[in-house]
Amino acid sequence: MAGRLMALWDWVDARMPSLAEEYRKHLAEYYAPKNFNFWYYFGSLALLVLVIQIVTGIFLTMHYKPDASLAFGSVEYIMRDVSGGWIIRYIHSTGASAFFIVVYLHMFRGMLYGSYREPRELVWIFGVLIYLSLMGEAFFGYLLPWGQMSYWGAQVIVNLFGTVPFIGPDLALWIRGDYVVSDATLNRFFAMHVIAIPLVLLGLVVVHLLALHDVGSNNPDGIEIKKRKDPRSGHPLDGIPFHPYYTVKDIVGAVVFLAVFCAVLFFAPEMGGYFLEYNNFIPADPLKTPSHIAPVWYFTPYYTILRAVPPLFNSQFPGVLAMGVAVLILFFLPWLDRSPVKSIRYRGRLYKGALAIFVVAFLVLGYLGTEPTTVWGQFDFDAFFLDTKDIATWAGRLGTVIYFLFFVLMPWYTARDRCTPVPDRVTM
Amino acid sequence: MSESQKIDRARRNLIVATSVVGGAASVGAAVPFVVSMWPSERAKAAGAPVEVEIARMEPGELKIVEWRGKPVWVVRRTKEMLDSLKVVASRLTDPESSSSEQPDYAKNEHRARKSEFMVMEGVCTHLGCSPQMKSAEAKAEMGADWTGGFYCPCHGSKFDYAGRVFKGAPAPLNLPVPPYVFLSETTIRIGDDKKGA
Amino acid sequence: MRGILLALLLAPLAALAPARAAIAAEAGYRLDRSPHDPRDLVSLQAGARTFVNYCLNCHGAQFMRYNRLAEIGLSEAQIRDNLMFPVDKVGETMRVALGAKDGKEWFGVPPPDLSVIARSRSPDWLYTYLRTFYRDAKTVTGWNNAVFANVAMPHALWRLQGERGLEIIPHTDKAGHVALEYKWTQLAPGAQGTVQYDATVRDLVNFLVYIGEPAAQSRKRIGIVVLLVLGVLFVFAYALKKEYWKDVH
Repeated sequence: MAGRLMALWDWVDARMPSLAEEYRKHLAEYYAPKNFNFWYYFGSLALLVLVIQIVTGIFLTMHYKPDASLAFGSVEYIMRDVSGGWIIRYIHSTGASAFFIVVYLHMFRGMLYGSYREPRELVWIFGVLIYLSLMGEAFFGYLLPWGQMSYWGAQVIVNLFGTVPFIGPDLALWIRGDYVVSDATLNRFFAMHVIAIPLVLLGLVVVHLLALHDVGSNNPDGIEIKKRKDPRSGHPLDGIPFHPYYTVKDIVGAVVFLAVFCAVLFFAPEMGGYFLEYNNFIPADPLKTPSHIAPVWYFTPYYTILRAVPPLFNSQFPGVLAMGVAVLILFFLPWLDRSPVKSIRYRGRLYKGALAIFVVAFLVLGYLGTEPTTVWGQFDFDAFFLDTKDIATWAGRLGTVIYFLFFVLMPWYTARDRCTPVPDRVTM
Repeated sequence: MSESQKIDRARRNLIVATSVVGGAASVGAAVPFVVSMWPSERAKAAGAPVEVEIARMEPGELKIVEWRGKPVWVVRRTKEMLDSLKVVASRLTDPESSSSEQPDYAKNEHRARKSEFMVMEGVCTHLGCSPQMKSAEAKAEMGADWTGGFYCPCHGSKFDYAGRVFKGAPAPLNLPVPPYVFLSETTIRIGDDKKGA
Repeated sequence: MRGILLALLLAPLAALAPARAAIAAEAGYRLDRSPHDPRDLVSLQAGARTFVNYCLNCHGAQFMRYNRLAEIGLSEAQIRDNLMFPVDKVGETMRVALGAKDGKEWFGVPPPDLSVIARSRSPDWLYTYLRTFYRDAKTVTGWNNAVFANVAMPHALWRLQGERGLEIIPHTDKAGHVALEYKWTQLAPGAQGTVQYDATVRDLVNFLVYIGEPAAQSRKRIGIVVLLVLGVLFVFAYALKKEYWKDVH
């Protein structure tokens, strides 16, 4: 039997040697640094969540109806009438939030260890493109259940595009396919969510990994392992083959992740209204705006930035611009960081302090975006510059300034920072 | 055994053990997906059995009900209709109903649980049109030897009062008989055989 | 350093207050905790009966099938005889007879479908809402509600609770903040006393929570099995990892 299998493999290998070649290149002979730590799980986990979302997405599409009069009902049909449907739905809704948690932690790893630095700038750029596509995917997908939040969230975001000078109203009309978010919008968002962006995501993930494998992975010490090679084998001294070492380690990571994922899925799928919003259990009503519209939690930091910027010349466009720049500025990170070292382990106090403040600001911005601007009450004094007295708005403005300063001042404080000597070999 | 062989053995055992548990978990994870493709509660409800009141049916009357999207006929057969079944036997393709689809209790000379009531699907076994009932009086239209039955307008197939197809018709099989049961003297349930609720 | 970062990252998670139920009693009436027990089949059956008798005339539950009520311990005969008024087949859904157009004409707004009302409003809100109707001569229906001011719905359960009156007395403290005192009076008795009525509403809310997510109980049961299996898988996967990584220094 084993002989037959070997013969079959030889037949395939003779006709498609790239199977074995790619296996060697990307797994058995891809030498990765041996000192990967906790932060290095999130790349493989992101890939796992992508697969989970695609598989559950396919099965949801077997029953979902992208029609304004049928969509909400079809989701309840999946939850009740389709055997096992509720599991598939909850996996997909939990997976959406899990995707962003994993991706944010994955990006944060990049910031900790300078993974975006030369020669990995392109890996980072593909990664930011993946992040943007993911935001689009989540935005299109969120309209599909056709609940109150789905409808009004889409209405608000599409109207943001309407604030672009000159072309705005036509742009919004073109995106919607109608004068308001309607059945036409739902159908095209369905097409984007189910086919267009998944294909883009898959392509981007492939080139993201290819670009990474071409230059080799970074590591927590930020040193290039290819600089010290074993003279006999030619392999990096501090490298180990991805398979079996990291395949076996990532399996453990996946199991732990799945345990946390399943705990949420089976015991708290709504997550207090953050993963499945309460308002979305009300069918979309174009005539009734909910008193409190907020985007899903993973968009809220940018939503706070949008709300923090006051209107200029009666246009909300400056806020939209600020929100856009806040995301796009990520692309420039490889060139803003002027530190002689990559990893935070060898950086000075300036960067460590800046990153810590940035993280706190990002989290506060995120929290504020989930609440109305009145959540922290009002100032009880008057001043000429107080266009609004909401404390939360001013906190949001402070957070926005911190957010942008982290990037804008980076060329200065990373160059000035007092770094410590970087080791020759990795530290475990 | 050498040290490295012991390590290999340990390693292989762990790989096997992990694969077995992982494989079991994967099969378990696949279950909801596979199961989700079976007919949903909505499909099952739409395909649920239908109950027919037969108390006020006239002798010779045809009642048509819908079951699973198909017309199902209930015919209250008269003595003449039942007699005609024996007369036409030689002109039928499958008088014993050996090839056609019917439950065991409908594999008798009347193709029914009770001879008075014929239950069958009103769908021609040729290409799916629904035939029309033509009584024995319609000899001008149907021919001198017509003793009554059903005629399919699409391609001319003819069936007797037990749904058996006449020779020379494009339809190959007798009309199917669905599962059914008498809930009482006055009610037939079409779609399943079970008497319980 | 890493520890500090991790602590900073995780601390806000601990401080996260659950997003309030979308339509909480807006800074007004304090909600009571609903005492329903999702595993109490008798309570669920009583709730089903109340629902069909008092709510299903105007409200629908269009995503809930009658035959699913077997899950709460009812036989098909019991469902057919006691609960199925507007439909013929036990596999059908709890649709309402009242059309949306008529509902809008009679009440100003069509009575919403109640299939997932417990998921949007929360059980505590429903439990409190159904017990805080009061007589108000100024409204169209003659009824008002402490949790949902000027609601278009009349007190469907008034025969059970009787008629109550409410006096809202504002108290202003020294700082200028206004607190509202709610003074309830029983104007006319209903068929049930307070304790019995609260139990009726508890059972009804229990039923509404159930129809909001009928799979909830099996979800939790399956979850325990899944976590156990993952626990076992973790033990083997971790041992396997340790075995391979022995070689790495």
